[in-house]
Amino acid sequence: MERLYAEIRRKAGDFELDISIRSDCGRIGILGASGSGKSMTLRSIAGIEENVTGHIEAGGRVLLDSDSGICLKPQKRSVGYMFQNYALFPTMTVIRNVMAGMKGSKEENREKAMDMLRRFRMDAYADRLPGELSGGQQQRVALARIMVTEPELILLDEPFSALDGYLRDRMQFEMLEMLESYPGQTVMVSHSRDELYRFSEELYVLDQGRILTSGETKSVFREPGNVAAAKLTGCKNFSAIKVHGSSIEAADWGITLELKRDIPEWANHIGYRAHYFEPVWGERQKNCIRFDLARMDDLPFEKNYYIKPELDEEGSGGFLCWFVQGDEQKLLDEKGLPDYLKLTEDAVIFLE
Amino acid sequence: MSAFIETARQLDWSPLWISLKTGLVATVISFFLGLWAARSVIRKDYRKKSVIDGILTLPMVLPPTVAGFFLLLIFSRRRAFGIFLDESFGIQVVHTWLGCIIAATVIAFPLMYRNARSAFEQIDANLVYAGRTLGMSEFSIFWRIVVPTAGPGIAGGTILTFARAMGEYGATSMLAGNIPGKTGTVSQRIAMVIQDGDYVTAGVWVAIVMVIAFAAVFLINMFTGKRMKNIRKW
Repeated sequence: MERLYAEIRRKAGDFELDISIRSDCGRIGILGASGSGKSMTLRSIAGIEENVTGHIEAGGRVLLDSDSGICLKPQKRSVGYMFQNYALFPTMTVIRNVMAGMKGSKEENREKAMDMLRRFRMDAYADRLPGELSGGQQQRVALARIMVTEPELILLDEPFSALDGYLRDRMQFEMLEMLESYPGQTVMVSHSRDELYRFSEELYVLDQGRILTSGETKSVFREPGNVAAAKLTGCKNFSAIKVHGSSIEAADWGITLELKRDIPEWANHIGYRAHYFEPVWGERQKNCIRFDLARMDDLPFEKNYYIKPELDEEGSGGFLCWFVQGDEQKLLDEKGLPDYLKLTEDAVIFLE
Repeated sequence: MSAFIETARQLDWSPLWISLKTGLVATVISFFLGLWAARSVIRKDYRKKSVIDGILTLPMVLPPTVAGFFLLLIFSRRRAFGIFLDESFGIQVVHTWLGCIIAATVIAFPLMYRNARSAFEQIDANLVYAGRTLGMSEFSIFWRIVVPTAGPGIAGGTILTFARAMGEYGATSMLAGNIPGKTGTVSQRIAMVIQDGDYVTAGVWVAIVMVIAFAAVFLINMFTGKRMKNIRKW
C-alpha cells in the first residue's frame, strides 16, 4: 500500500490550517464540522488550493515541498477528486465526461470508458446528460470518471451530503464496493461520524484547522482524548472532574463515581455517550444519577430523554442526554421512568 | 406605398453588405478578444479587476464620437502611429473599410466582454477544478468545459455584439467616413438620405434594420431560452 504523507499549512484570513497526516491505510477518514478545514485539506492535497506550504507525498511521489520549491500542478498529481456536487460537466454526455481526462486515441478511450461505466452499471446511460441523472447515478459517473484516470489517491469530499436518506445509505455501501478493487489510497472527509465509522480504517478528527486526535477509527471513537473530538464523534454528555484517589467527582452531574479503572493523570473531564446509561429501578446502586425529566423527544426508532441531574449543592449543571432504543424502551414502557441512571464503568471516557 | 416598393426595388444594397461584413468581422474579433479579456479579468484581485473592467467597458458608456476622437488621434495619417502603419506596412485606417471594422470592434467589444465575464463568473469553479484534477490542459478546460457551459451567455453576448457592430454610427463616421460602396454603412446611409429629405429611402432602410434587429433579439431569446425555463416566475 502506498503511503500518504501530508504536512499542510494554509492561511486564509483569520483561518489557519496546520495539519499533518501520515498513513499507510487504504481508507482514511477526516471528521470535522463545517468550516473546520476538511475541504481545504483535500483541495490542498489535490493542488487546487493556492498558497499552500508544507510537504505532500502520495503514491511514492512528492507533490508539494515548499522548502525545495516543488509544487506539482493538479494535472500532474494523479489525485482524483470527487466534489460534493460531483462537478460533472453539464454540456457533455456521461461517456464524454468519463473520457474527458483520458489521453490517447479516441477509439480506445471510448472502449475503456464504456468498460468502466459497465462496472458502475451506468453503461445504459452513456449518452445521457448529467442533468438527466439522479444523484446516486451522478455519483457513480463521477467515480467512474476518476477511476478511469487511474489515480494514486482518491479524495472524497462529503460524497453523500447531496443525497437524501435512503439513497445515502445505499451509496455508502456501494461506494465501499466500488472502491474494493481500487489499489490506491482513499481519503474521505465528512461531518457524519456514521459515514466515517463505516468507511474509514483510520480517522483524523479536525477542528478549526487543527487535528484534535487521530488513530484507528474504532479506537478514536472509544477514546477521543479531548472534549472537542469527543463531541465530534457524537458524545453528548460531559463533566469537569476532580479526582480523589479512585473516586471522581463529576460536579456537572452531581455525582461521585467510584472506578476500578486507572484514572489517567491528564484527565480533567469525562464524557459519557447517551446510549450507554442503564436504567435502575428501586435501590440506589454505585455510580448512579438521580434526575428529573426535563423533556422527551419521540423519534422514529428511539426516544431522547433530556434529564436534569439532581445536584448535591446549587450547581450550574446542564442537561444530560439519554437515548433509548428497542428492548430498553419496551422495559421503560412497562415499568415507567427509572429512579436512577447508572453509568457503566467501561463506558466512561476520559478527556482533557 | 408604391413609391416605397419602387425605392426598395432600385435600392443600392451596398450599405447592407458593408454593414454585414463589418458586423461579422468585428464580431469575430470581439468574440475571441472578449473571451480572452473576460477570462483574464476574473482572475485578477478585486482592485485590479475594477480598474481593468472600467477601461474595457469605457467604449460602451462613452459617446461613440469620443471613441472616434481617440481613434482618429491614434490612426490619423498626420500622427506618429498612423504614419508608421502607412509607411511600414501600407496600412491605412482613416477613410477605409479597415476603419469601419476598428470603429465597430472598439464600440461593440465591451458587450462581448461583459456578457462573457458574467457568464464565466456564474460557472461552478468545481467544474474547472475537476478538469484540472482529471489532468485536462487549461486550453482544453476552457474550450471544452467553460465555454460550452457558459454557452447561452456567450451566445447572447455574441448576438448583441453583432447587432451593435452592425449599427455603429458615431465612431465609424469619424474614422472611416461615409464613402459609398466602401465605408458607407446602413446607419450612415440613413442619416445621409434624411439630410437630403428622402424619407422614403430612409424608411426602406429603417424597415430592413428593424427586421435584422428583431431577428437578433429573437435569436438571443432562443439561445438563452433553455436557461430561462429554470427561472421561477414571480
